[in-house]
Amino acid sequence: MNTIFAASVPGRRAWTVNSQAPRATDMLPAGLLRANPPRLPQCSELDVVRHYTRLSQMNYHVDANFYPLGSCTMKYNPKFMEYVAQLPGFARLHPLLAQLDGRAAQGALHVLYEIEQLLCELTGMKAFTLQPMAGANGEFTGVTLMAAYHKAKGRQRNIMLIPDAAHGTNPASASLAGFTVVNLESRDGMVNPEAVAKAVQEHGEQVAGLMMTCPNTLGLMETQLPRIVEALRAVDALLYYDGANMNAIMGKMRVGDAGFDVVHLNVHKTFGTPHGGGGPGAGPVGVSEKLLPFLPLPRVRRMEDGTFALIEDAPQSVGHIGPFYGSFGVIIKALAYILRLGGEGLTRASEHAVLNANYLKKRLEDVLEIPFKERHCAHEFVASAPDGLRALDIAKALLERGIHAPTVYFPLIVHECLMPEPTETESKQTLDSFVQAMRDIVDTGRTNPEALHEAPTRLPVRRLDETSAARHMVLTEDMS
Amino acid sequence: MPYIPHTPDEVQEMLAVIGVRSVEDLFADIPANMRSRQLDLPKGRSESAVCAHLEQLAAQNRVDGISFLGAGYYAHDIPKAVDALAGRSEFYTAYTPYQAECSQGTLQAIFEFQTAVSRLVELDCANASVYDGGTALFEAAMMAVRIAKRRTLVVDEAVNPFWRAMLATYTANLDIEIRTVGQRDGVSDKDALMAAVDEHCAAVIVQNPNFFGVVDDYSPIFERARGCKALGIISVYPVLQSVLKTPGEMGADVAVAEGQSLGQPLSFGGPYLGLMACRKEHVRQFPGRIVGRSTDVEGKTGYVLTLQAREQHIRRAKATSNICSNQALCALRALLHMALLGPEGLMRTAENNMALTRYAVKRLTALPGVSLCNSAPYGSEVALRLPLPAATLVQAAMAQGVLPGYPLGKTYAGMEHVLLLSCTEVNDHGQVDRLAETLGGLL
Amino acid sequence: MSVNPADLLYSKTHEWVRIEDGEGVVGITAFAQESLGDITYVELPSVGDTLEAEKEFGSVESVKAASDLISPVSGEVVAVNESLENAPEVCNSDPYGQGWLVRVRLTGKAENLMDAAAYEAHCATER
Repeated sequence: MNTIFAASVPGRRAWTVNSQAPRATDMLPAGLLRANPPRLPQCSELDVVRHYTRLSQMNYHVDANFYPLGSCTMKYNPKFMEYVAQLPGFARLHPLLAQLDGRAAQGALHVLYEIEQLLCELTGMKAFTLQPMAGANGEFTGVTLMAAYHKAKGRQRNIMLIPDAAHGTNPASASLAGFTVVNLESRDGMVNPEAVAKAVQEHGEQVAGLMMTCPNTLGLMETQLPRIVEALRAVDALLYYDGANMNAIMGKMRVGDAGFDVVHLNVHKTFGTPHGGGGPGAGPVGVSEKLLPFLPLPRVRRMEDGTFALIEDAPQSVGHIGPFYGSFGVIIKALAYILRLGGEGLTRASEHAVLNANYLKKRLEDVLEIPFKERHCAHEFVASAPDGLRALDIAKALLERGIHAPTVYFPLIVHECLMPEPTETESKQTLDSFVQAMRDIVDTGRTNPEALHEAPTRLPVRRLDETSAARHMVLTEDMS
Repeated sequence: MPYIPHTPDEVQEMLAVIGVRSVEDLFADIPANMRSRQLDLPKGRSESAVCAHLEQLAAQNRVDGISFLGAGYYAHDIPKAVDALAGRSEFYTAYTPYQAECSQGTLQAIFEFQTAVSRLVELDCANASVYDGGTALFEAAMMAVRIAKRRTLVVDEAVNPFWRAMLATYTANLDIEIRTVGQRDGVSDKDALMAAVDEHCAAVIVQNPNFFGVVDDYSPIFERARGCKALGIISVYPVLQSVLKTPGEMGADVAVAEGQSLGQPLSFGGPYLGLMACRKEHVRQFPGRIVGRSTDVEGKTGYVLTLQAREQHIRRAKATSNICSNQALCALRALLHMALLGPEGLMRTAENNMALTRYAVKRLTALPGVSLCNSAPYGSEVALRLPLPAATLVQAAMAQGVLPGYPLGKTYAGMEHVLLLSCTEVNDHGQVDRLAETLGGLL
Repeated sequence: MSVNPADLLYSKTHEWVRIEDGEGVVGITAFAQESLGDITYVELPSVGDTLEAEKEFGSVESVKAASDLISPVSGEVVAVNESLENAPEVCNSDPYGQGWLVRVRLTGKAENLMDAAAYEAHCATER
C-alpha cells in the first residue's frame, strides 16, 4: 500500500487555522527561519481517515485475534479504561499545575496516591514511584536505586548478577546504569543457588545485587528462592524482581514478603492497559524500607487534613527519572483495572492465567517437545518445535490461521523455542482451537515441510527480506 | 469475576485434563514460607462505580481556567480524527510488530512517522520514538559518547531544566562530565558555548527555541563542534519547527524533541513521546526500534523492524539502549496530527501563536514595571520581568481564574521576578485582554 | 563447510590471522560466518588504532545476532577493509579472502592460537 506521502496533493487541506496572524517572515529575521516548508502530507480528512483505517486492517490485535505471546501478557484490554483516561479533568491537566498550586490538581494527586497504596499491598513493598515510563525504564530506575543504596553505605559495588534466561532488558539496564554484568547459568530451568553462591564468593563485596524474573522466562517458579535470598543477604547485596511475569503470582506471593528489595511492574501486561503496537507502557517501581530514601522525586504525600501534596525534598533521592509523575494516562487505566477487579479479582486473574497455561501445556504435550514436562508451569511455558521443524515456520503457519504466534527463539537456552502465554481472558474454546491449529501445523510439517516454509500466503505481505532491509537501509520515504 | 470466561464446569474439565484437583495445586512450587496471605485490597467494584470514582477525582482538577502555562508542554487543539483513528483497537490492542506479516499497519505507520519527523527537522532518519523529550536528550547524549568515544557533554543552561535534571540522574553512575554553560537573562550565551566546546567533548547540547522562548541560530556552534569531532545535538519544539531554521540547515547531528505538542493531551505529564532524528552515518548508534522498507518473497513492498542487532533483546548488556516498549501509539497520534494539519496547518498554528504572544507582550509591557527579560527574538513563549516575585503573582492571578505562566524562579536562581508566558491556539485575544486586566489589578 | 586454510592461525573466538613480514591480516572464520548467518554490518576500528590480543576491536552483525570481534594479535591498525561498509556479505561469501577485516602491524608475538587442524577440532566441540 502507498504511503500517506504518496497520497499528498499540493494545496489540499484537512485542517484550517482561522487566524489573521502575519507570516513568520514578518515576525522573525529570515536567518532564523527555514528555507522550505516541511514536506508533510497535504490531504483531506477523508484521505487521512481512509488511509489509516486501511492500514489498521493489516494488523492482528487482541480484539480480533488470539495473541498468546509469551512474556508479553496480551490479555483483553477492558474498554471502560479508555473512557476514564480521557476524562477532560485528567486529559487537559498541565503537569506543572500541581507544582504551582497543589489545590488545583487534588484529583490527579489522589490517583497517584491511591494506586501507590494498592500496589504496595499487592506486592508487599513499602513504597512505589510511578515515574518510570515503561518496564525497561523501571529496571533502570531499580538498579539506579541499588547503586544509590551501596553508595550511601560508602562502598563501590559494580557487579550485577543476571541469569542467562533473563530478558535482554535486564543486562541492558544494568549496563546503562554503570554496572558490569555477570551471567549466571541456569540449572534445571532455574537460577542455580550454587552458581549464585559461587558468584557471591568470587566477587563478594563487589556484588550489588541480582536481577530475577520469577516465575522465570521458562515459565517455572524458582523453588530455590529462599537459598538465593539468603546468599545475597549474607553480603548485603540486593534482590531485584522483574515484574514481567507478575501475572502469575498476584495474591499467591508478595515479592516484598519473599525478600525482594526492589520490583518493577509492567502495567501494560499485568493490569491490562493496552500495548498500543509497542507502547506506551508504564513501569512503576516498588522498594523495601532500605531503598525508601533514594526514590525519585517528586513523591506524593497525604497530609493530615486529608489533602495531597508533592514532596520535593529528599536529600538522598536519585533525582528525576521522568519529567513529572510518569505515564499518568496509563496509570489511571491501571488504577481503574485494579479497582474493578479488587483483591479477589486480581487473585482470580493469576489463578486462571496459570490454569490456562497448564491446560494448554498438557494438551500440547503430544504435539510439541515440552521440557520440564513433569512440573506445573506458571502463566506461560516453553516448548521446542518437534521433529526438526523450525519454530519460525510454525509461527508463520499460525499467522496464516488467524492466530498471533507465540514468542519465538526466547529464551535463547531452549532449542527452537516457542513460548505461549494464553492469559486468563481466553476461553477454553480458544485454547482448544489453538491446540488443533498447532496439531495441524505440526502434521503438515512432518509430511510437507515446504508448505510451512511458504507460510503465510494469505496476509497483506509474505515473508520479508530482513537481510536486505538491514544491508540497504530505507528508513524514510526519502532514503533509497 | 470480570474478564474471566470460564464456567465452573469448564474449570473442572480443565483441571481434570491437567490432572490436579484444584487450581491451588498449580501453585505448589511457591516456597511455603513465601506464600501470600490474603490480599488486603478493596473488593472489586462495578464498572459504573469505578467510573464514578474517577469522574469525581477528575472533577477535582482545575482545567477550566484561562492558562498561559507552557514551559515545554503545551495545550494545543487536537483534531478529533486523531482520537478516532488512534482509538481503533487494530492499533491500540496490538503488540510490538515483531511478526511483520500481521503487523503491516503498525509498521507502515511507524515508517511514515519516521519520514514525517525526519522531514520536519531535515535530518536523514528518525527512530520509532523513545519515552519523552528528556529521555530523547539523554539517549542522544549517549549516542555522542559512543560515537566520539569521549565523556564530556557541554550543555546550555537554557535547555529544558526538567530534562537537565533527568540527564544528571541518568548519567550519575557513568563517569560522564556535564559542563553547563550559563544563560544570560534567558539568552543562550553562544560565545561561552563556543569556548566550552573543545576536542575533549562528546557533544554540545542546545535547544531552539530555548526554555525561555528565545529563537536563535546555532550553526556556528555546530560548526565548531564538527571541527572538534564532537556532535551537535539540538532539542526543538515541533510546532514552531514548521517555520524555524531546521537542525539540518544548522548542521546539527542529532535532533530531539518532546513530541507532546503533536497530538498528545497534556494528561498530567504523560504518556508523551521523545522524537529523535540523526544523520545517516550515526544511525547504527540509534537507540530503540527502527522500521525499514523491504520486499517480500514475491517482490511486494513491506515493512520490518530493522537494525535489531543494536537492541537489548539481541545485544543485551552491549545494546545501544535498554529501551523495549516505546511510545508507538503516541507516535501514531503524532503522525496523524501532522498528516491532518499538513505543512500549512502546522505553520499557520505556529504563526498564530507567535502573533498572539506578540500581542500579549504588547499588552503586558504596557503595565507598570513589566518588561521583556531580554531583547532577543522569540517564538510563542516569552520571559517577562515583573515588579514582584512571579510566584506571588501567579498565585494571586490563579485565584481569579487566570494562570499567567510559569514562575522561572522555581528552576533558575535569580529569576524570581521573571514569568514565562506561552500562547497557543487555545488562547485568543480576549483571553490576553483578560490576563492584562487581571495583572493590571494585581501590580 | 569450507576447509580452513593451512597457512592461517585461528583463535577460539573464531577469528583468523595471516602473519607475514611483521604484519597480520585478520578476519572471521567460515565457522563464524555460518553461525551468524547473513552478515549485515561490520564495525571496524580506524587506521592508527591499537589492537590488543584477546580484546574486542569491533563487531559483526546479522539480522538476528551480533558478535564482538576479538583480536587474535596485538598491534597497530595499518589498513581496514573499507569495502565491507557497502558489501558486508563478502564476509559470508569469502571469509578468508575478500572478506578480511583489518591489517595490523604486530607489536607482540601471536599467542594462544591454533593451527587449522586444532581449530577444526575446536569447532567440532561447539557444533
